[in-house]
Amino acid sequence: MAYKIITSQCTVCGACEFECPNVAIAMKGDTYVIDPKKCTECEGHFDVPQCAAVCPVPKTCVPA
Amino acid sequence: MGTLIGLDSLTGPVSSNDMRQALTSSAPLVGLEALSGPVSSDDMRKKLTDGGCSSSSCGSSDTSNDMPAEIWEKVKDHPCYSEEAHHYFARMHVAVAPACNIQCNYCNRKYDCSNESRPGVVSEKLTPEMALRKVMTVASEVPQLSVLGIAGPGDACYDFKKTEETFRLISQKIPDIKLCLSTNGLALPDRVDAIANMNIDHVTLTINMVDPEVGTKIYPWIFYKNKRWTGLDASKILHERQMEGLEMLTARKILCKVNSVMIPGVNDEHLVEVNKVVKQKGAFLHNIMPLISDAAHGTHYGLTGQRGPRAMELKELQDKVSTGTKLMRHCRQCRADAVGLLGEDRNEEFTMAHVPENAEYDPSKREAYREIVAKERGEHVATRKEASATLAESVSETGTSVLVAIATKGGGRINQHFGHAKEFQVYEVSAKGVGFIGHRKVEQYCEGGWGEDATLDGVIAALEGVNVVLCSKVGDCPKDSLAKAGIDVSDTFAHEWIEAGIAAWYQQKYARAEVRVSA
Repeated sequence: MAYKIITSQCTVCGACEFECPNVAIAMKGDTYVIDPKKCTECEGHFDVPQCAAVCPVPKTCVPA
Repeated sequence: MGTLIGLDSLTGPVSSNDMRQALTSSAPLVGLEALSGPVSSDDMRKKLTDGGCSSSSCGSSDTSNDMPAEIWEKVKDHPCYSEEAHHYFARMHVAVAPACNIQCNYCNRKYDCSNESRPGVVSEKLTPEMALRKVMTVASEVPQLSVLGIAGPGDACYDFKKTEETFRLISQKIPDIKLCLSTNGLALPDRVDAIANMNIDHVTLTINMVDPEVGTKIYPWIFYKNKRWTGLDASKILHERQMEGLEMLTARKILCKVNSVMIPGVNDEHLVEVNKVVKQKGAFLHNIMPLISDAAHGTHYGLTGQRGPRAMELKELQDKVSTGTKLMRHCRQCRADAVGLLGEDRNEEFTMAHVPENAEYDPSKREAYREIVAKERGEHVATRKEASATLAESVSETGTSVLVAIATKGGGRINQHFGHAKEFQVYEVSAKGVGFIGHRKVEQYCEGGWGEDATLDGVIAALEGVNVVLCSKVGDCPKDSLAKAGIDVSDTFAHEWIEAGIAAWYQQKYARAEVRVSA
């Protein structure tokens, strides 16, 4: 159970990085990557995955 | 360094007169480059102060009549807050805040192009440390630099850690630089105290509506309190937060400029109401900007064919609200990484590839420039007042109001070749005198000496409603084409102060006719 970022669509704005309650998102090379081991899809924190809620590009933060 | 602004060849003994001469001459931009021979900024300063003028006592006193002294002190060197300052001072934006908490229908965050000039667009994102290096490099090379702004490309208040760190680093190295930021307002109330603590005097707040129903056509969603909100809920929250933020800024005496995007058929008429509300809540300036919309930008409005307003539609709306709060008409809707005087963008000269690894700040050029400008400005203010009074009198006699387009490279003078102008500054002559009312962007007509008729058609269209163009030089061919379209072009008043040139042209054009009639 984890989310992933579709790299080709990502604008690298970084909003997901500081909304993530699990510190699961970090820059790797030129883009942001979600660590599936840390991602909980925000369960226990929020109703919806924060990365998908804040991402400006549709269908970019999606279930892995 | 390029030839653009150059204090570069300040290499010889030089008098303040020479410098002023250089400011008025046709040298590129405000070119101080005619000055040659070894000279230190101390020498320049000494020569200028010997002349009896120090920057603190001269140059601004007349214009400060319009507003309380403490406010004038805040805006006098800020090109975006003072129309008068925009002739002399430059701003730079550093794109350190890419994250945003709302979606606007006129914005597409995937878009990134170095040839586009509009808000939200950048070519390279910077870390706060990179921004520091870039600002030190620009501040050493661009003497006009007075303001550092963070305008995203996302939202400076939402991506606040980076905004804060950038300001902290830069104000340590360049304490006299003015700091400002722009925001959509959603996160503003949480940041106002931090903004006040950092001595940020200027905040630009984008308010496109004061009625959430109107907002639903502009904002598809916002991200607030860990949730994405859509529809009326989104616009209600955004509206409340914007009003709260504006009131908090006013209470702390931080100057707030409200930007509104004019979207025909969506909020154009509503902006009259917006103007009333923001004025009442203490906004210092209201800047109504035209929507920029193009399918190629990939924005919702661009893709759905929503058009932007025409220049005359914008002017009509601005005239309608001009009795409200002070109105800004000289906005150039610059990119989130713009560098230079308004209307120019030198960002490409200062991409990170051009910024040295161990950048240092050398204040000498900025200091020297400020001394010169203080004196030059005093003269400009006096001339402007006199020209305005003369014109008010003339218009009350002739009953003829006109729009005049000026080709200028800055410094408040008519000093640009017609064919080199990328934009014209438009002044209105009316019974109130003469005043700047806006600018018109045009395709550059003359490239390498070859004029293209197709481009001239675009220039003529852009000059809708304008009676005359005043420039430093113009060829016969474009002059004839413009005459056919009913627009005069004249280079008789080359290098004059803008307002003085307009007054002289008006006298020549209309007073003479009167003499003929009476004779």
